[in-house]
Amino acid sequence: METLGYLMDGFGTALTLNNLLYALFGCFIGTLIGALPGLGPANGVAIMIPLTFTLGLTPETALILLTSVYAGAMYGGRISSILLNIPGDEPAMMTCLDGYPMAQQGKAAEALALSALASFIGSLIATLGLICLAPVLARFALSFGPAEYFGLFILAFATLGGVTGKNPMKSALAAGIGLAIATVGIDLSTGTQRYTFDILELFEGVDFIVAIVGLFAVSELLLFIEAHQGSAPHREIAMNPLKLSLASVRLILPSSVRGGILGFIAGVLPGAGASLGSFVSYALEKRILGSKGSFGKGDPRGVAAPEAGNNGAASGALVPMLTLGIPGSATTAVLLAMLVSFNITPGPLMFTQNADIVWGVIAALLLGNVLLLILNVPMVGIFVRLLSIPPRYLLPVVTMVAFVGVYAISRSVFDLCFMIGFGVMGYVFRKAEIPLVPVILGMLLGPEMEKNLRHVMQINDGDWLMLWHSGLSIGLWAIALAGLILPLIIGPALRARMRRTAD
Amino acid sequence: MMNLDRFLGLLLLPLAIGYGWIAFHFPVAFAGPESVGPATFPKILSAVISACSIYLIMKPDQLQEEFDWKALPELFLVLVVLLLYVFLMEPMGFIPATTLMVAVLCWRMGVRPWPALVTGLASSAAVFALFHFGLELPLPTGSWEV
Repeated sequence: METLGYLMDGFGTALTLNNLLYALFGCFIGTLIGALPGLGPANGVAIMIPLTFTLGLTPETALILLTSVYAGAMYGGRISSILLNIPGDEPAMMTCLDGYPMAQQGKAAEALALSALASFIGSLIATLGLICLAPVLARFALSFGPAEYFGLFILAFATLGGVTGKNPMKSALAAGIGLAIATVGIDLSTGTQRYTFDILELFEGVDFIVAIVGLFAVSELLLFIEAHQGSAPHREIAMNPLKLSLASVRLILPSSVRGGILGFIAGVLPGAGASLGSFVSYALEKRILGSKGSFGKGDPRGVAAPEAGNNGAASGALVPMLTLGIPGSATTAVLLAMLVSFNITPGPLMFTQNADIVWGVIAALLLGNVLLLILNVPMVGIFVRLLSIPPRYLLPVVTMVAFVGVYAISRSVFDLCFMIGFGVMGYVFRKAEIPLVPVILGMLLGPEMEKNLRHVMQINDGDWLMLWHSGLSIGLWAIALAGLILPLIIGPALRARMRRTAD
Repeated sequence: MMNLDRFLGLLLLPLAIGYGWIAFHFPVAFAGPESVGPATFPKILSAVISACSIYLIMKPDQLQEEFDWKALPELFLVLVVLLLYVFLMEPMGFIPATTLMVAVLCWRMGVRPWPALVTGLASSAAVFALFHFGLELPLPTGSWEV
């Protein structure tokens, strides 16, 4: 009941005209970001962050805007999957399987409308799950001491690659580098200068917004330049007038509900993520209905299940991010960066200290989904038309917007040079298949992680064994260890299965 | 050509060692040495990064796509353009510098010169108008007066 009251307050925040307009704007931009090939959700949200600062938004409004962009990007990813057979991001891969055949059969409009509905159902279920689960988890996390937090951060890094992750050594390397970058600047508890080399701009450390925009936006540009992929996907986009029958809506309903629940679970669990959510949802539908359906040849349920799973996972991923401060995906890491730069410490305390913001965001998520459904069914034609903008025009302009955004925050040429430097680093890492998310997470969590480690040591007189003094912290370390070892054992098999299903 | 993983390992290992070496030479804190001071965390990280770098040198992955060294001049050109843009934006003014940057990037991605120039001019003018008049955040105008 208490939760309901908070949620009502949240709606009070989200339903002001100003915030509602920003939510609508965010949904539109988000769908666009998700739909356009070559502009992933994390990249898009990253570029939006400096812009929210230059707009001078309050934390609530800024977060509502970015949450809407996040939700919108998940909706948008399906458009290019269905129409062009190009997944906007990895979780949208499964949507191609039945979505593209449907489009080829001249049922593109139907596929888009049904997938929008499935996305809505998946998101709605997961958001309700978030509302129930998050306060409980936050209350539980209040009992964490510094040793447990340190274990939790280790767990976050260990499971970040996920069960489908490739090389854990490379994830560890990326995390180490991110944490090392976070140590630059004046040490908060002793005032020692670390790695500043007496450069004034480094005294406050490396700005992670600059780093994130560089790592994502600039490296994306470099990748495109290298591949000479500037040309448009030369494929006819055939749209047909929408004929949506009640029967087909009823047909996809059970699949969407199952997909949403599975997706939510995959989103909450550390190391699972949206790709696994959409894959498991699709695989389950195929197993349940396999003989009665035409999966892989344009079955609407094959579109609904992964879309519901993918959107459910996206909302589910907000649970660990909001309650524990450990994001599970690139995009939630970027959202976390936003929180940290507003001086809001994510974690269990946020539910008591910044209740208005948390519940405002959750209400915005519910509201955003309604807006997105309204936006996506009648207005899908606009997004389809925008899909034909070739990346060779789009990416230079996006890069320019990224530069302007970073410049407008600090008016510092130094920051822009840093951003280019991070772009080069991001490019090289992507070429070497070293994941970028641990780098960002390292920069974000580094100060907190070090602070907690030092707290443990100060309390216990430098006894390292005290890191494992409670059952809870041992449990966290055990899960972390499993998160590192499991991918080595079941990762290759799982990836092979995902690929086989996709072929 | 050398494997990219091994190359990165060879690049990162000395950096990690240097990072750790500096940590061993931090000035002693005012309150006297602590058991876990500002240097402890960097020392641990230095060990982690070094270990991973050695792993990359010893057991580099066979990457799915080999690094295309022929693309290097093209990438350098783009980086030079971006750096020039950053340093020329204030003296040149936002619109001319941005027009040039966007135009060159579009052109290198395969757009013909004239459409590239138009894209640059249109997008920079639009962003300038939005920031200058819409958000009232002045962008550099160079020697041009608005």
